Parts: sequence; C-alpha cells; structure tokens
Amino acid sequence: MAGNGLKLVLAWGFVGIPLAWGVIETCLNAMKLFQ
Amino acid sequence: MSFLDKRNTIARPGYSRWLIPPAALCVHLCIGQAYAFSVFNLPMTKLLGITQSTPEDWKLTDLGWIFSLAIFFLGVSAALLGRWVEEGGPRRAMFTAALCWAGGFLLSAIGVYLHTLWIIYIGYGVIGGFGLGIGYISPVSTLIKWFPDRPGMATGMAIMGFGGGAFIASPLSVWLMRLFSTPTHVGVAETLIVLGAVYFCFMMVGAAIVRIPAEGWAPEGYVAPAQSTRLITKENVFVYDALKTPQFWLIWWVLCLNVTAGIGVLGQASAMSQEMFPGRVTPVAAAGFVGLMSLFNMGGRFFWASVSDFLGRKNTYFVFFALGTVLYAVIPHAGAIGSVALFVACYAVIFSMYGGGFSTVPAYLRDMFGTRYVGAIHGLLLTAWSMAGIFGPVLVNYIRQYNVTHGVEKAQAYNVTMYVMAVLLVIGFICNAFVRAVNSRHHMKEEPADALTAAE
Repeated sequence: MAGNGLKLVLAWGFVGIPLAWGVIETCLNAMKLFQ
Repeated sequence: MSFLDKRNTIARPGYSRWLIPPAALCVHLCIGQAYAFSVFNLPMTKLLGITQSTPEDWKLTDLGWIFSLAIFFLGVSAALLGRWVEEGGPRRAMFTAALCWAGGFLLSAIGVYLHTLWIIYIGYGVIGGFGLGIGYISPVSTLIKWFPDRPGMATGMAIMGFGGGAFIASPLSVWLMRLFSTPTHVGVAETLIVLGAVYFCFMMVGAAIVRIPAEGWAPEGYVAPAQSTRLITKENVFVYDALKTPQFWLIWWVLCLNVTAGIGVLGQASAMSQEMFPGRVTPVAAAGFVGLMSLFNMGGRFFWASVSDFLGRKNTYFVFFALGTVLYAVIPHAGAIGSVALFVACYAVIFSMYGGGFSTVPAYLRDMFGTRYVGAIHGLLLTAWSMAGIFGPVLVNYIRQYNVTHGVEKAQAYNVTMYVMAVLLVIGFICNAFVRAVNSRHHMKEEPADALTAAE
C-alpha cells in the first residue's frame, strides 16, 4: 500500500504541477479584466 | 512489441485505480496544446522578415488552415480508428498517439526550417491530427471500466486535461520562443522540436502507467446493478450497430448543438466583449476575459461530468440546454444595461456547460450502449464536434457581419446571435428529450468474430 501511495503522489504530481502552473499563469492574466 | 500488448496491460491485484486518471491526463494535457497553437501564428508570419512580415512570409489566412486541418483529422481518425483503439487497448493507442503527435511537431519544425508550408500541413495538420484523435479517445473506455461507480467524474478528469493543455502550452511556447530567438531568428523550429520531445516523453509516461482492470474486477464495496435501469444499460452494442440506433444520432445532435452554441462565441469572445462594452473593456481586459472563460471551460468539464453521476446524464443535458437558453437570452440585456459583471457571469456558466457537454458525453454513451465499444462509439460521435467547429464560427461571424452592414451598432450586433444560440439550445433540449433506452435487438449477443484477432 505504501508503494501505491508513493506512485500516486508521483503520478498526480507529474500532471498536477504543470497544470497548476498553467492555471496560475492564466489566472494572473485574467486579473487584468478586473483592473 | 509485447510492452504494447493489451494482455500485458492487465492490472495486478492491489493496483490503484487512481493511477488511471493521471495516465489519461498525461495524454490529454499534451494534445490539449492544439487550443494554444495560435501562439505560433504571428511569429510564423515573420520567419523571413523577423521584425515584420515580408511579401514572401506566410499569411495568417494560410496559417489558419493548420489548426483547422488538425481538428478535421481529429474527427476523422477518432471515427475511423475507434474500434482499433478499443480492441488494441489503451497502451498501444497512447503510444501511437505519442508517435503521431511528437512526429507532427518534428515534421512541422522541418517545415519551418525549410519554409515550406505544406510540410506543416501534413506534419501538424494530418499526422498531428491523427495523434489528437487517437489520443483523445484512448483512455475513455479504460476510465469507464475502472470507475463503474463514477464514470462521469473519471472521464471528466481526462477531458478536463484537454481543456487545460493550452494553459501549459501557451506560456511554455512563448517562453521557449523567447529563449531560442536571436536578432536574426524567430526560434519557432527549435520550440517545436523541444515541445515534440517533451510531449513524447510525457505521453509515454501515461502509456507506461495505464492498465486495464482484470476480467470481473469491481471497486471495493461496489455492487453492479443486477438489471438495466431505464436509461443505464448492462448490455453492450457493437460499434457499427450503434450507428443504426436513433439514440446515437439524437446524442450526436445533442453534442453538436451544445458545441455549436459555445464554439462560435468562444472564437469571438475577445472582440465581442470589446464591442459590447466600448471603452470599458480594453484589449488587455478582453484577453483576461478569454483566459477566464477558458478556466470555466476546463473546470466545467470536471464539475458537470461529476454532477452527472448523481443527476443522470439526460438531466444534466437538460440543465445545459435550459440554463443555456436563459443565459443567452439575458446577455443582450446585460449589454443594454452596461453590466460587465452580468455579462461575464453569464458567459462563465455558459462556457462551463460547453466544456461539460464534451466531458459528460462519454458517460452518456456508456449508459446507452454499454462499456464494450464506448471508446469507438465516442470516436464516431466526435464528428459532431468537427461539424460544430465549422458551423458555430460561421454562424456567429455571418450574423454579426450582416447586422453591421445593415446599420446595426456594433454594441448591439451580437443580440440576434445570442437569440439564435438560444434557439439552437431549445432544439438540443428537444433532441435530448427524445433519448430513450436502446432497443434490445441492437444488443450484442456475442463477440464479433474478427474482434479477437484484431486485438492480437
């Protein structure tokens, strides 16, 4: 189970980190709508 | 290659099904780059002139065909190769998608280097388009088999990735072009090579992780319903037999109309926000508005598909069509009273439902036609997307242009468009209302004879 847990963290981190970066970049650009 | 063999992708006991959504996201986040291809358009019009276009440089109208070709071949490949994807398993499909997608980038880089546009048409448009189609449908049925208790949520996660891919690709491409550009060079070819290599590696990680559940596997505590319910079948329908059912074509129209209502406006969102609120929404703010709508498009893919697991697929589409009709009818009023907030709020919900339409449909097909060929049937259904991709923008642009040339002020030029979109959604509502369970004569009695050999 511990092995599975590590795999899950790695797999979700692998896709989640780039996606989160992209979403933050887009949010920062979207803020200009309200300035 | 035995690594790609479907039998070698069967999960061993103890394998966590929560590894499948990231495997699917590895593919969908990469192919979602297609939505961000426009970041290359302007730099590719200055490949020779560098600081400004020369007469020998490519025109924007010529470059626009690259994306159109890719989306067209997405539909073609998903429709033609759906059965091959289904019977060969997700790993072989993901590997093939990775080869096509990365190969398309590399060929396009050669096209840029040689300044030969037809190489890019073939590279990104045709070969990349095949990568898009195969990649898009590759994880669908696998996710549905792993999550029989939450099929909407599972496919919603993957298809959310397709919406989110552009968020990564857009800033990454801009950063890479800046890195590779010199006073005498734009840096597009190098950017395409790097992106192709990165996407290949990323997609191969997905192919390595992905597994199919063993025969008879079920999630812990999950008890499959003993019999089909009114709108969720336990039977399977063969991929080509699905085409003979009215349900397939009704859902085809449901998807087509939902996408048409969104896609045309999506392409005009920036111009529309500026023209409806002249002087109040600047070009910079409009770009922010487009980004915000893309976020709702992505979030809606996960949210609505997950909601459909509780609400039911048919009811979820009823919500899309009913709420969408009301919101499209409200938008001209928002323009008339000058309320940017109301305008943004309406579109936020509309685009969430536009994304939700894409992500809820695989589970709708599973409910109607069973799990056996759902990926292949989904592939055939994606022709509705290709059709909507042509009609939506044409409809919006034509109506706006007609109004402007007939003396309607730009601020009001979109009003008729909004009402037309509302009517389209009413038609979609009616199509959805006609969806009933598939007649039992279409159910599969046994596996087609060539299916087993095709899977080898």
